[in-house]
Amino acid sequence: MQTLDVKGLSCPLPVIKTKKVLDSGVNELEVQGSGNTAKQNVSRFARTRGFKVELVSESGGEWTMLLTKAK
Amino acid sequence: MAKEKVFMVVIGLVIGALAAILVVMGNPGNMGFCIACFLRDITGALGFHRAGAVQYMRPEIIGLVIGAFAAASSAGEFKSRGGSSTLVRFFLGMFMMIGALVFLGCPLRDILRIGGGDLNAVVGLAGFIGGVLLGVFFLKRGFDLGAARNDKQSQFGGYFLIAIAVLLLLVLVSGINFNPEAGGPLFFSKEGPGSMHAPLWIALGAGLVVGFLAQKARLCLSGGFRDFFLIRETGLLLAYLGIFVGVLVLNIYFGNFHLGFADQPVAHSNHIFNFLGLFLVGLSAVLLGGCPLRQIVLGSEGDTDATVSVLGMVAGAALAHNFMLAASPKGTTPWGEIAVVVGIIVVSAIGWAYREVES
Repeated sequence: MQTLDVKGLSCPLPVIKTKKVLDSGVNELEVQGSGNTAKQNVSRFARTRGFKVELVSESGGEWTMLLTKAK
Repeated sequence: MAKEKVFMVVIGLVIGALAAILVVMGNPGNMGFCIACFLRDITGALGFHRAGAVQYMRPEIIGLVIGAFAAASSAGEFKSRGGSSTLVRFFLGMFMMIGALVFLGCPLRDILRIGGGDLNAVVGLAGFIGGVLLGVFFLKRGFDLGAARNDKQSQFGGYFLIAIAVLLLLVLVSGINFNPEAGGPLFFSKEGPGSMHAPLWIALGAGLVVGFLAQKARLCLSGGFRDFFLIRETGLLLAYLGIFVGVLVLNIYFGNFHLGFADQPVAHSNHIFNFLGLFLVGLSAVLLGGCPLRQIVLGSEGDTDATVSVLGMVAGAALAHNFMLAASPKGTTPWGEIAVVVGIIVVSAIGWAYREVES
């Protein structure tokens, strides 16, 4: 499974980078990031692209989420 | 999803209504809120520029910082962080301010001006959207100022902006005059826009509310257009639609709606530089990751890079008034026109030069 690190990036780079990977046709992606704004933006975007969003871990303002293409 | 959109519109309506009320309470016309103008007034109150007509310690900005800090802290979102091309952000903030002071307003005031019937602001909005589009072009090309880091050693840095806001409030309330012979600081305009203001505690209260809501909604006009162009996301634009409707309705109710180009409050009708001024603001805002309002809110969440861009805006305000770059209701100045063109070139060069590094 591919992983993507968007920690500390200004808006909208977390979404742009996620979009780039999802557009390349992956069905599963782990995204690591920081801050609630990026978390909300990335998960909202992934859902609009038909991905299931699962928060794997979160601590100290950093989070990891798993995006899986909904069947 | 629908609930979220209603929330954005309601937040916008509240902010728009507050802006209209602040004008009725004494703020300059169509200037219930203006991040650029108010930072410029604060810069003048501190004596960093000497334009006598635009000096006042605007409590709205102090309220914004404290309100956004309260919202971020209560949600566990305050986090001291920074280190993403900080110096570049200082200069982007500086140019963003120069563009805003040639247009005479930040993106938020642009919407408030349109809601007051000022058609010059429609020209400005077109320029703003143009600047955002150029910024989006750079983003698609891989523009990246690099990642910031969460400060692991201490949260100290994140509190600087909050401390400054509290200190400025104390100085304002106490009425201390550091150099009575010179008349200040703090300096207070006796005439012009700087002399027009709502009562201190009302302005502070409005700032607190708007800061709190802006943090919750991640309010940002450049982000609104940017996200629409990039990913067809409309939430932020809906908030600005709310602001527009809120201020428009109350302006009509209070008799403050006057449709036209001529004789608009704190505005001029140089169409080319209304367009280019906000073009520079839109472009700089996209590269910074947010408009002037959003930079203040991010700074209040502990983003020290955003705080530096706010300091860049303060420096930009001082430059703009000391070097005769800022426009006035009489129009733009030749120096201001040159500065906007130079700004667009320099900021574009930054947009071109900073690209992500493939790892």
